[in-house]
Amino acid sequence: MSYLPKSPWLVHYDASSCNGCDIEVLACLTPLYDVERFGVLNIGNPKHADIFVVTGSVNEQNKSVIQNIYNQMAEPKVVVAIGACATSGGIFRECYNVQGGVDKVIPVDVYVPGCAARPEAIIDGVVQALGVLEEKYKKMGKVAK
Amino acid sequence: MSGMNSWIAVVLYIVLAPIIGGLIAGVDRKISARMQGRFGPPLLQPFYDVFKLMSKENIVVNKHQKFYVLCFLIFVIITGCIFFSGGDLLLAIFALTLGSVFLIIAAYSTYSPYAYIGAEREMLQMMAYEPMVILTIVGMYMVTKSFNVVDIFTYNQPLIYTLPGIFLGFLFILTIKFRKSPFDISMSHHAHQEIVRGVITEFSGKELAYVEIAHWYENVFLLGMVFLFFATNWAIGAAFAVVTYLLEIFIDNNNSRLKWQFALGSAWIVALILGVGNIAVLALK
Amino acid sequence: MNTVLFLIVYPVIVALLLLILPQLAIRKFIVVASTAILTAASIYLTATYFNTGAVFFEFGTEALNVGIFAIELVLAATIIIISIKHKQFLAALLMLIGAAMTIWFEQTYGEEIHVANNLFVDNLSLIMTLIIGIVGSLIALFSLGYMEEYHHHHHDMKNRTPFFFFIVYVFLGAMYGVVFANNLMWLLFCWEITTFCSFFLIGYSRDEIATKNAFQALKMNLFGGLGFSAAIILLFMNAHTVELNQLSGLASAVVLLPAALLAFAGITKSAQMPFCSWLLGAMVAPTPVSALLHSSTMVKAGVYLIIRLSPIFAFVQGGATVGLFVAMVGAVTFVLTSFMAISQTDAKRVLAYSTIANLGLIVVCAGIGTYELVWAAIMLVIFHAIAKSLLFLSVGTVEHNLGDRVIESMDGLIVKMPKVAVGMVIGIAGMFLAPFGMLISKWAALEGLVAANPILTVFVAFGSAATLFFWTKWLGKLIMIKEKPADFHPHVPGSQSFTLTCLAIMTVGVCLLFPLISKYSLEPFIASIYGHAYMLDQSNVAILLIMMALVLVLPLRLLSYENLNYKPQYLAGTNLSEKEKFYGSLGLTRDLSMRSFYLASIFGEDKLFKLGVVSSIILILIMIGVGM
Ligand code: SF4
Repeated sequence: MSYLPKSPWLVHYDASSCNGCDIEVLACLTPLYDVERFGVLNIGNPKHADIFVVTGSVNEQNKSVIQNIYNQMAEPKVVVAIGACATSGGIFRECYNVQGGVDKVIPVDVYVPGCAARPEAIIDGVVQALGVLEEKYKKMGKVAK
Repeated sequence: MSGMNSWIAVVLYIVLAPIIGGLIAGVDRKISARMQGRFGPPLLQPFYDVFKLMSKENIVVNKHQKFYVLCFLIFVIITGCIFFSGGDLLLAIFALTLGSVFLIIAAYSTYSPYAYIGAEREMLQMMAYEPMVILTIVGMYMVTKSFNVVDIFTYNQPLIYTLPGIFLGFLFILTIKFRKSPFDISMSHHAHQEIVRGVITEFSGKELAYVEIAHWYENVFLLGMVFLFFATNWAIGAAFAVVTYLLEIFIDNNNSRLKWQFALGSAWIVALILGVGNIAVLALK
Repeated sequence: MNTVLFLIVYPVIVALLLLILPQLAIRKFIVVASTAILTAASIYLTATYFNTGAVFFEFGTEALNVGIFAIELVLAATIIIISIKHKQFLAALLMLIGAAMTIWFEQTYGEEIHVANNLFVDNLSLIMTLIIGIVGSLIALFSLGYMEEYHHHHHDMKNRTPFFFFIVYVFLGAMYGVVFANNLMWLLFCWEITTFCSFFLIGYSRDEIATKNAFQALKMNLFGGLGFSAAIILLFMNAHTVELNQLSGLASAVVLLPAALLAFAGITKSAQMPFCSWLLGAMVAPTPVSALLHSSTMVKAGVYLIIRLSPIFAFVQGGATVGLFVAMVGAVTFVLTSFMAISQTDAKRVLAYSTIANLGLIVVCAGIGTYELVWAAIMLVIFHAIAKSLLFLSVGTVEHNLGDRVIESMDGLIVKMPKVAVGMVIGIAGMFLAPFGMLISKWAALEGLVAANPILTVFVAFGSAATLFFWTKWLGKLIMIKEKPADFHPHVPGSQSFTLTCLAIMTVGVCLLFPLISKYSLEPFIASIYGHAYMLDQSNVAILLIMMALVLVLPLRLLSYENLNYKPQYLAGTNLSEKEKFYGSLGLTRDLSMRSFYLASIFGEDKLFKLGVVSSIILILIMIGVGM
């Protein structure tokens, strides 16, 4: 058992979205949903975070940003794609500069559907991510510590 | 305090301070959450965080930063050891300054813009609180005629009677030391962000855990300083330390972050009026 | 006795040799040899008179006094001619008044003056001897390589290196004279010679600014010299003595005014407010000059004199009031120059301001003059001389390699010039961090001040806060880890790296040995004046040494890190694959670069300087007024 599931810290990146999902992510922090109950913090810095939460689709501009943020996170780490855009490109899918969902550039562990995704769904996604996190920690073993 | 006793105090401090500090942080998060109408994390959340950080992969910008952060932790602990063994208060403060400088240069060494701004602001904060800290010690000496914590501790009258101005001034800079709003410009707690994470932007995993633990040690030391003002009575002293911390939480949750100019200006003006005023009154007596 | 004379005369002979033998190889030989000889002689002298208490020498003949008088007149005439040539009439006038006072004094009282002891040695002069002998001659050694490179970098300037070394060695001789003289007239003579040396060295490059600043320094120091002359005349007229060791035994009515005037001379020499502008101007001189004259030795002559006066401030009736105002001048200087150092971007100016500030702190200690504070003052002199000359010389070395001496361009020096940078880090840590030297003395100063005059601690508290800021800021710049430019190849001549290494080792060594220095040198000295000595609490010394050991041992940890996963800095996800570059707006590739806070709107020079000048002039006037 590690302490990872008890203290998941998020970094949230808003890619090419309509900002609907972002508002929903932030709603999770409000008193109504209060994800800090589970020790979740929106930490805003990849170097501190365990879970990478992405909303919106990938385009030419933000492709490298998503990769950079992902690369700067310490193992074990998981990626949660939130909303139709992040999972598949959503309504922006056909745009000339849009490549599609987040999994086009980085490996995604949990997909949360919805347009916009509801806070309950987001929290559920994060909780599922915790399972993946724990698994990855076990695989990581004692190698890179 | 005799030799044996001070060693016991040092061991107790090294073992208990992180536990107490961590619990204080947990209570802090719980109360803050309640003040914001939330339920808040479990009481032991700070410990979970630190244990988790310990189990993360080690990523660094360069290896020097690890070394500096380690020194930061060590010298913060030394500060508390000097203090709780009844040693020289000025020496304790100098050790703390050395520790803080290590944190700052750890941030500098990463050559990261976010850490850099954090480091510069951290220095501003140090410059802001340093005069009041020294004046506090000067005031304590003027009353008790000693710099040794043990003599100040055993002085026959609570210092608060003779040092009310200095106590208030010290409370003021305590807000900076605890990294609470409105003075959390270099790094902050909870989910607050300021120019990403300020000084600690580039630390992750173990280093970040060290910074957190150092902060717990430091907080216990600072509350010890508060306690000194009421040292004749354990219960009252402890009660005041608790009240002080609650007050800081209250201030934290009712203020927005302000600019560095305000931090520096207000801290110095407070030191000049309350600190120097109190010292002048004592000197004239 | 012979060693004392040797130390004064030998540098002057070396100076003359270096002037008439301008060949590089010969100069190298002479300078290296004299470094060894001066160091050895200083140590020998220390060993001979170690803890013998103050030993006085009569030495002195009529002929010698006539000789000194003649040299004084020749020098005065030279200075007057040079000043008139440069249309610096005020300087000429001040020199003229000084010379007139000397001539008048010699004519009127020359017959009556009988000095029992012209020279003396005690522990304080021994400490100064070691500083001059070791640090001073190391700096001369450093200059060998430095001056070659200096002229390499400034080809259009006339190469007057032999003259440079001539003045440097004359200066060393004069400086020995200052610390051994018991006859105040001899002291004044050497004092004025150091002023002239400083004048010639500041004006070394002979360009417009250098000349202007040289005259500014000359004027201010001559002005202080007038105070010195007046003090001697008054002292002789009222008390019939011109001997330093007699002063503290005199009645308060006759000694207070001379003491105030001597303190005034010390204040000008140590560049305290309102005279600190000359020291800032002096930064145009080649860097070894700044290290030698303007941080480790000559400016120390000023505080040395004030430390010698501190028994008067402590014991003579009414002396405490005079001393308080001396201390206030130092306190105002300490705070304001520490503030102004924050706003400086030029490394040498930061060092200059910090030098003035530290001298100010010494003046505070010596002005109050209790035994703890005298301890602190002397410790400050020792630590400061070593650490600050290390810093000055490092900045000089860095300047020749980077092309400028702006702090901002020292980003990542630890990567570019690791050895020099480590030296600078030691120097900077030595200036303000526990467990290093300056902090130990600042600590003692705080303890002493709280007991003597708590209000003065307020100045120390605020000044130290500012000190913390500007040193840490600089330290941070040095230790940044960034990519080393491929085309950067630093070159540090052997003589320079030798000096830097020695000074760095000494900076640390003195911190380790300070309990011994205190026990065997300072405590007997202070006890002989005050009856009891200051001692740091043994357990605190132990803690300091433990901290020192930690600071020295912990860096070994760096060697043991392996398997680290390196990731570039967080740049909001805009990092490029190339290091230290990021993807900027409009698709441009930009370089990472950062600039520090200088807070000019708060700590700018213009306002603070005026404030300092006005307040310190008032304080000095009161100081002299109280003396009357
Ligand atoms: S999924 Fe819908 S709500 Fe979410 S960002 Fe895309 S368009 Fe907006």
